[in-house]
Amino acid sequence: MATRGKEKIITVLFWLSALVITAILAGIIGYIVVKGISAINWEFISQPPSRAGKEGGISTTIIGTIYLTLVALLIAVPLGVGAALYLEEYGRKNTMFGYVLKLTAETLAGIPSIVYGLFGFVFFVIFLNMGWSILSGGLTLAIMILPTITRTSQEAVIAVPQEYRSNSFALGATKWYTIKRLILPAAAPGIITGIILSAGRAVGESAAVLLTAGSSLGMPLNITDPARTMAVHLYILAIEGISMERAFGTALLIIVLILIINYLANWSVRKVVRQ
Amino acid sequence: MKTKLECKEVKVFYKDFQALHGIDMDIFENRVTALIGPSGCGKSTFLRTINRLNELIEGTRTEGEIYLDEKNIYSNEIDVVALRKKVGMVFQKPSVFPMSIYENIAYGPKIHGIKNKGKLDSIVEKSLVAANLWQEVKDRIHKPAAGLSGGQQQRLVIARVLAVEPEVILMDEPASALDPISTSKLEELIGELKKQYTIVIVTHNMQQAARVSDFTGFFLNGFLIEYSKTNDLFVNPHDKKTEDYITGRFG
Ligand SMILES: Nc1ncnc2c1ncn2[C@@H]1O[C@H](COP(=O)(O)OP(=O)(O)OP(=O)(O)O)[C@@H](O)[C@H]1O
Ligand SMILES: [Mg+2]
Repeated sequence: MATRGKEKIITVLFWLSALVITAILAGIIGYIVVKGISAINWEFISQPPSRAGKEGGISTTIIGTIYLTLVALLIAVPLGVGAALYLEEYGRKNTMFGYVLKLTAETLAGIPSIVYGLFGFVFFVIFLNMGWSILSGGLTLAIMILPTITRTSQEAVIAVPQEYRSNSFALGATKWYTIKRLILPAAAPGIITGIILSAGRAVGESAAVLLTAGSSLGMPLNITDPARTMAVHLYILAIEGISMERAFGTALLIIVLILIINYLANWSVRKVVRQ
Repeated sequence: MKTKLECKEVKVFYKDFQALHGIDMDIFENRVTALIGPSGCGKSTFLRTINRLNELIEGTRTEGEIYLDEKNIYSNEIDVVALRKKVGMVFQKPSVFPMSIYENIAYGPKIHGIKNKGKLDSIVEKSLVAANLWQEVKDRIHKPAAGLSGGQQQRLVIARVLAVEPEVILMDEPASALDPISTSKLEELIGELKKQYTIVIVTHNMQQAARVSDFTGFFLNGFLIEYSKTNDLFVNPHDKKTEDYITGRFG
């Protein structure tokens, strides 16, 4: 009887905490939707900002965000997945190098983004003379998300059953064939989860981007062009008191963009897993 | 009776630990050779020396020679990929790859450069037929292999090995995860396969060794204690330790 009572209380507590979390989340999103929806129309999405964002839309910042995130992912994903594969499939296990790399990745993952921004500013923008640009920002974001991508890929690769490898090798497969045909497809869902998390961070990042890609409102075409992302735009709209309504409209579109990224990633996972 | 594999002074070390102490053993073509012995005596280790799979375990060292059709598989000129094409292996736990039945079977042939769809189709069918699985799965070969029963999975794994057209098949306790019906199906299959292949099978089940094999080797603590025709070994063991083991006095 006592245990059953306890069970009930615990169940209720769990249920409550789930409810609270859901309520907070729904509250925030609801608030943003309510405050931001009025700003959103086709012009807001398709037109570039004018008068510092008081008028026009946010099209250049949407492009800037996608551009910058893509560049960051294009740099970080091959490097991170490659490092994970090297560590787990090629490198000897339990070496000093592997241990140091793991420790480095964990430490790097915990560093605040502004510190990456400062580094990117000093190193890429000034020292390498890349200026405020998609390239500087992309490189900085790539370094920022690299630890997450490496670690999640590593975990995903480790989770692939060892028997797959021995069976594959016993059939005469080389390491690379085994990785390509067996390990990567099996690890893909985990790797893609890491990419989603990282893309979310890149999309949402403001401080590091402001320091390295600048806040130009022009349309970024070349990789050497400066750009303003949606998160930076939101920050400036709010802090300079340009328009709260438009800041919320931008926030709403950031959430939509992240949802789209999640959806695309899930879709591609399902595609990979099916084939 | 032709000697297919000639093992000479085979020793294996896991770091400092010596798991095999100089195994000399001739394995004959188109015969089933069973390896028996208590847990940890080195049966699996020995089996893995024949396709050089021990090399995947860090810190292992193999000494001695194994001649496959008179060629030393441990010489420098040997290509392990070609070796493993000739010497297939079935593991204790059937491990089907997370893909369709068809893709599982085609996996090996594709490694060895076969891309032609028609050719792959016929290899897949032939291998499944040879593994006695075709009738059960022919309507769903493009469905995920994970949906098969344990016994079917083990036969699928055997079909996957047959698809690369090996000459020798190593089996490490292939029936240990199977129910009695699947086990007897597997034993029947082994009987058929030996017409074409040379089979080396590790088993803990002495009745099974007696039923399926022509020769039996008894391992103990990394030594090959006794090796002879299965019937002789079980009916008339020469070594006291063999006798103790097969009569169940230890192990
Ligand atoms: N990867 C390894 N690292 C270190 N020692 C190992 C390794 N694999 C096997 N050994 C040791 O080598 C010896 C032989 O092991 P092996 O797996 O060949 O035995 P086995 O006869 O197949 O046993 P079982 O019947 O339980 O499968 C054992 O003492 C085992 O502990
Ligand atoms: Mg074993």
